Amino acid sequence: MLNVTINSRKISVPEGSTILGAARQAGVSIPTLCHMEHREPIGACRVCLVEVEGARTLAASCSTPVTDNMVVQTHSVRARAARRQVVELLLSEHDGYCPTCDRNRNCELRALADELGVARLPFEGQKASHHIDASTPALVRDNSKCVKCRRCVTVCAEVQGVGALFPQGRGFATVIGPAFTQDLGGVACVQCGQCAAVCPVGAISEKSHVEAVWKAIENPAKTVLVQTAPAIRAALGEEFGYEPGTRVTGKMAAALRRIGFDGVFDTNFTADLTIIEEGTELLTRLKKALVDKEKVALPMFTSCSPGWINFAEYYYPQFLPNLSTCKSPQQMFGAVAKTYYAQKIGKKPGELVVVSVMPCTAKKFEAQRPEMNSSGVQDVDYVLTTRELARMIREAGIDFTSLPDEEMDAPLGLSSGAADIFANTGGVMEAALRTAYEIVTGRELPVTNLHVTAIAGLQGIKEAALTITGTKPDWRFLEGVELKVAVSHGLGNTRRLLEHMKANGPSHHFIEVMTCPGGCIGGGGQPRFTDDSVRLKRIGAIYAEDEGKPMRKSHENPAVKTLYDEFLKKPLGEKSHHLLHTHYHEKKPH
Amino acid sequence: MPKKNAPAPCACQAGEPVSKATLDARLDEVIAEYKDKPGGLIPALQLTQATFGYLPEPALKKISAGFGMPYSEVAGVVSFYSFFTTHPRGKYLVRVCMGTACYVRGGKDVLEAMKKKLAIDVGQTTGDRLFSLEVGRCFGACGMAPVVMINETVHQRVKPARIGDLLNRVLAADEKPATQERP
Ligand code: SF4
Ligand code: SF4
Ligand code: SF4
Repeated sequence: MLNVTINSRKISVPEGSTILGAARQAGVSIPTLCHMEHREPIGACRVCLVEVEGARTLAASCSTPVTDNMVVQTHSVRARAARRQVVELLLSEHDGYCPTCDRNRNCELRALADELGVARLPFEGQKASHHIDASTPALVRDNSKCVKCRRCVTVCAEVQGVGALFPQGRGFATVIGPAFTQDLGGVACVQCGQCAAVCPVGAISEKSHVEAVWKAIENPAKTVLVQTAPAIRAALGEEFGYEPGTRVTGKMAAALRRIGFDGVFDTNFTADLTIIEEGTELLTRLKKALVDKEKVALPMFTSCSPGWINFAEYYYPQFLPNLSTCKSPQQMFGAVAKTYYAQKIGKKPGELVVVSVMPCTAKKFEAQRPEMNSSGVQDVDYVLTTRELARMIREAGIDFTSLPDEEMDAPLGLSSGAADIFANTGGVMEAALRTAYEIVTGRELPVTNLHVTAIAGLQGIKEAALTITGTKPDWRFLEGVELKVAVSHGLGNTRRLLEHMKANGPSHHFIEVMTCPGGCIGGGGQPRFTDDSVRLKRIGAIYAEDEGKPMRKSHENPAVKTLYDEFLKKPLGEKSHHLLHTHYHEKKPH
Repeated sequence: MPKKNAPAPCACQAGEPVSKATLDARLDEVIAEYKDKPGGLIPALQLTQATFGYLPEPALKKISAGFGMPYSEVAGVVSFYSFFTTHPRGKYLVRVCMGTACYVRGGKDVLEAMKKKLAIDVGQTTGDRLFSLEVGRCFGACGMAPVVMINETVHQRVKPARIGDLLNRVLAADEKPATQERP
């Protein structure tokens, strides 16, 4: 341990701590624009300058290690003046107008200008290059607001293992973006939006569908249905001042109704449906492999996360046969709503508008894939992020905190706890195991509280094994089989898992992949700012939501049973094949 | 780029066009040699530029794959250093000085005239691959401003109206062509 004095408070910190870390431990917050949790400091923004006794120059606290008996002043007049100057310089190049900026409510640069008392701009600088990149369905980049902190570069390369962004050029003319400053649509970006999630300013955001959704709601010729992904209920509250981890399911349903949606439904419903289809698909593949001795692609990978699908199509086409053919719950919902539900209410597919609320920007991409119109029209019309839904709630003048708790509508609003946990890393796997185990043995999954703890939590790659015994006659071939599963979240972890598989051969039967760190609860469309403490709170909220449900297994969902009885007939049947399954294509990284 | 790093003479110097297969084989060698060396990217890019005369996109993609480095990062390095170019350069590299002295004494008009005469913009190469146009900073000939440097030769007190004559003289003299060592 090292002794250090921060603003005349003496504390001891572990060897290897930075001044920034030590200050946080002492309850002092030093502002920074480039620092990221778990990542090497890069010292790009120079905002975190502090005064170290005995040193001539100010030190960047994010990258200066504490030495024994160091004395630091984090908020001395000199340190504050230096920081203010750094921010004044940033602002002098910054070409943004806060009142019209998407980030004005929680912009870190704006907050910093306030905190440092920037009252005027002494420098009139040349403004950064102005180019709006709206080339992808998911994201909009505005270089003129970029402060070149490089958080997006780090998250894209290190957390997501994609590397679509890097500083291009040098000096003032540096642009943070894809190779040779081309647009994002021209490179192999998976549209996950993690860059937008970490950007401190309004330089990367989702492509907004808010106006289009308002127009649809106002159109009397359209019946507008909304579905909300499981991860929304654990995060939307943050946009209205609730603590991370506050569940707002009931208020969210009330808000959606007040906004004017004609049907307030739940992606959870099709998460349950996904489990039936995907569980059956897994068991079918296992039967083919073990009984019929056919060559089938194993392990099977989950396919709910569209960023992961893009990643596999660009970077690992050899594994495309291993991807479950199940569409994601968002797309299953669109297809079921515009066929089954449309029939029920006597409408044509084209008279319905399906809006989804997703924690994700890649869902915007997924919705417009050409395969995703099995109802005859585009199955999901518009995708709102959690942030965009919050915007609509504000625009509608709804006082969210005073809303009553309401329920989702039947039948597409009914769901089990297994569907809720789709939001968490490890959750799809746990939900699948709850159902598959029971199908095969007739007994409940033998784990405490139905939770498979080995695959829960924030560790990057998780594994579990489960020996199957006491099988029912149809499933005798699985007797004594040790079912091996793995879970990864964050595409960087996924890349490691796949590289290991390429080198050593497969060692699992079933693998869950979620694009974003923590799973959907940490998606690129969630309220900013998401770090591990926020992730863990949202994960906790989702498990609590699951545990609070009377029905905790997908196959128990009566509305799903009715859907099969009345319409789909059987899992992997002809209708399912047409509406609920898809195929994948290799894409060339440009 | 230091001379000692220069590989075999480039296509234009040897007079004979080198086959694509030879160039690609050379690129493979370069990647194999440098991919595991710390800081190997820059020398690999220099040798590639020396081989092709510029850095063609397919070569950069191959380097990115070979080095296991994102293409955006390779592009970032290429665009950071002004001596790298991703466009083929002409036989003659025309650099119009935009230093202060040249600028105030008509450098800008010279540049405009040059653009018009060659029918290309700054950073481009004529269709016949004879001329590339760039702007330069001070060549140390301020007393003779405005100046234009064509390959190794500085041309002084250039008049916009006489650009055509200048280019014809250059062609007639068949000056030493631009080599890739030129920044
Ligand atoms: S990025 Fe921040 S500072 Fe810039 S215009 Fe937007 S809100 Fe204002
Ligand atoms: S959306 Fe994801 S893959 Fe694309 S640039 Fe952003 S972080 Fe990288
Ligand atoms: S786009 Fe945002 S995250 Fe990326 S460098 Fe610019 S300010 Fe930072």
